[in-house]
Amino acid sequence: MGNGGAETKNEVNSQRARRAFAPWADHAARVLVRFDGVSKRFAGLAAVEGVSLDIYEGEFFALLGPSGCGKTTLLRMLAGFETPNEGRIQLDGQDIAAVPPYRRPVNMMFQSYALFPHLTVEGNVAFGLKQERLPRAEIAARVHDMLALVRLEGFGKRKPDALSGGQRQRVALARSLVKRPRVLLLDEPLAALDKKLREETQFELMHLQETLGLTFIIVTHDQQEAMTVADRIGVMDQGRLVQVATPPEIYEQPNSRWIADFIGDVNLLEGRVVDTGHAGTVVASADAGPLRATRAPDAKPGDAVAVALRPEKIRIARERPAAAGENCVAGTVWDIGYLGDLSIYKVRLDSGFVMKAAVANLTRLIERQIGWDDRVWLTWAPEAAMVLTR
Amino acid sequence: MAGSRNTGWGARLVVLVPYVWLAAFFLVPFLIVLKISLSQTTIAQPPYTPVFDPAAGWEGLKAFLSALSPENYTFIASDWLYLGSYLKSLEIAAISTLLLLLIGFPLAYGVARAPRRWQPALFMLVVLPFWTSFLIRIYAWINILQREGLLNQVLLALRIVDEPPPAWLSTDTAVYIGIVYSYLPFMVLPIYATLERMDESLIEAAADLGCPWWKAFWLVRLPLALPGVIAGALLCFIPIVGEFVIPDLLGGSQTTMIGQTLWTEFFANRDWPVASAVAVVLLCLLVVPIVVYQHLQTRDLARSGH
Repeated sequence: MGNGGAETKNEVNSQRARRAFAPWADHAARVLVRFDGVSKRFAGLAAVEGVSLDIYEGEFFALLGPSGCGKTTLLRMLAGFETPNEGRIQLDGQDIAAVPPYRRPVNMMFQSYALFPHLTVEGNVAFGLKQERLPRAEIAARVHDMLALVRLEGFGKRKPDALSGGQRQRVALARSLVKRPRVLLLDEPLAALDKKLREETQFELMHLQETLGLTFIIVTHDQQEAMTVADRIGVMDQGRLVQVATPPEIYEQPNSRWIADFIGDVNLLEGRVVDTGHAGTVVASADAGPLRATRAPDAKPGDAVAVALRPEKIRIARERPAAAGENCVAGTVWDIGYLGDLSIYKVRLDSGFVMKAAVANLTRLIERQIGWDDRVWLTWAPEAAMVLTR
Repeated sequence: MAGSRNTGWGARLVVLVPYVWLAAFFLVPFLIVLKISLSQTTIAQPPYTPVFDPAAGWEGLKAFLSALSPENYTFIASDWLYLGSYLKSLEIAAISTLLLLLIGFPLAYGVARAPRRWQPALFMLVVLPFWTSFLIRIYAWINILQREGLLNQVLLALRIVDEPPPAWLSTDTAVYIGIVYSYLPFMVLPIYATLERMDESLIEAAADLGCPWWKAFWLVRLPLALPGVIAGALLCFIPIVGEFVIPDLLGGSQTTMIGQTLWTEFFANRDWPVASAVAVVLLCLLVVPIVVYQHLQTRDLARSGH
C-alpha cells in the first residue's frame, strides 16, 4: 500500500470519524444484526447459550474467545449454516430463521478460504455475481474493480493453487465482498498468515471496512487482532457472551477475573474489601498487604475481590520512592525477560507472590539498572488498579 | 561428491525397475502377439508360420521378415463378424459405464456423506463381494435370472409379471445386470475417494454466494469429483470392452462381444494369427481413451501453473 501524504491525511480523518463512532451509545441508532437469546446445542452439548447482542450498521465487531467458546457457531448461525435451537436472529429487523443461506444478504470469508480450486481467481470472484444473473459486462467490471481494491490486478487468470497464502487470503476477501453484503462475516480470516503479514492485513481490513462503509463481524482467538480492528469486542467463554465493550474498556475495565486474565497480561491479587468510599477502595490482600484501588460501586466491605493490575502500569525502582498515596510493595527480582521493546520483571514479594512488571526500554540497554536477585520496590497509582468482584 | 554420484546411480536404478518390469511383462509379450498377428496359420507346432530361426543368420532374418504380412488385418476389416463384435463390445461397455455412473455416483456420495463412524462399515459393504470368487457370483446370477429363478418368483409374487414369466437369462439385460453388478466397486471407490476428501466448506461457500444445494452440487461438487468420475469410468470401460466370462455365461448367442470372438478364434478355430490380430486391434482401440485422458490431465496441470 502506497504511503503518500494524501493517504496519511485520510487515515487521520478516518481515525477522527472512528473516534466519534459509537452507535451503541445512541438510542436512535439502527440495529443491523440482533441476536435475541440464541442457543445452539450439538448432540446435547451447548455450543452457544443465551446470547443476546446488537450489532450496528457500519460497525466492525469482533467476537473474541478461546477455541471452542462458540464464536464460530454464532457466526455460522448468522450465515445460515446452523439453525439455533432457541432464540431469534434478526437482520434489518427481519427474522431470518426461514431464509436459507443462499438468500441471506450476508457473505462469509472462510478460515480455510474455501476457494474453488477448479476456477480461476476471476472465476472465484465472479461466482457470486453469476448467481445473481447480472449482465456479463457488469460482472466483469465489478470483478475488475474488486481485484484492484485487494491489489490483485494481473492475477485474474491464475488458479488458486498458483497463489501465495497472502494472495489467496485476498481472493477470498474479494469474493466475499464483491456481492456488497449487508454484513461481512470473517471467520479467523488471518489465522493462516505469518505474524508480519497478519499485522499489515489487519490495518488493510480496517481501511477496507471504512472505505466501503460495510458492517464487518470478525471471529478471532487473537486478542491483539480484535483490539486492533474492532470498534467493539464481544468476549465469549463456554458459549456465553461475557462482556461486550470497546477495546479500551475491555482492557481497562474488564468485568471479571477471567476477562482480565484472557485479555493481555495481568497481576491478580486476591483479598477482602476493607473500606469503600469516594476516594477509592481499600483491599486487604494476604499477598501484598493493604492495597488502594479505584472505586468499585458494587463492592461492599467484607467482599472477596481481586485487585487486577496490568504489568505496564507498575514502576520498578531500587530505592523506595517517596510518592505518597501510591501503592508500594517490596520484593526480590526473580526473573527478567528481555523482549526488545519491553523488559518483563518477575518480582517475588515477601509473601512469596510473584508479580510481573513491564518496563519500556526507552534507552538502549547497555548496562541493566536492575539485575537478578536485586531488592526492588514496585509502585503504582490507585487508579491503575481495578477491583474485580467476579 | 563420489557419494552423491553413487546415490544418483542408485536412484536411477530404482526408477529403472518399473521400466524393466513393463518391458519384460508387457512390451515383450505384446511384440510376440504383434508378430503372431502378422503370421499365417498352419497345422504345425507352433500353429503359425514363419518361425524365426536365429541359426539361419542374416538371410534367414530377411526371409522371415518378408514372410510377415498384414493380411489378417484386412481379413478382420472385411468380415462383419469382427467389426460387429467390436461395435457390440463398445456399445455394451459404453451403456454399462453409463449405468455404473448413474448407480455408482449416488452410492459413493452416500457413503462419503454418511456419519464418520459408519463409513468404514459402508465402505466394507462395497468391497465385500470381492471376498467371494467372481465365477461363483456369476453362477449365482444364473440361478437368480433363470426362468424358475429367484427374480421371477419375486416378480410373480408381487404380481409385476404374469405367467409365463419372461426369460432373463441369455439376454442383453442379463449381461448388463452381470456387468454392472461386478464392476460397481471399481466405479464407487475412485469416486468415493475424491468425494471423501472434498472440503465441505467449498459447498458452504457456494451456498453463501447464492447457490441452492442442487446448483452447488452441479457447479462445485461435480467438477471437483470429475477426476474420480473419469478414473472410475476408465477403470470400468476398458475391462468391460474385453469382457468374456459375463457375456458367455449370462448372454445369449445373439450377443457376441469381442472377447468371445477372440476365444472362438483361439480355442475353437485354433487360428492364433487372427486371434492375435483381433487382440492387437482391441488394444489400439482402448489406448485412445487412455491417451485422451492423459492429455487432459497434463493440460490441466499446465494450466494451473505447475
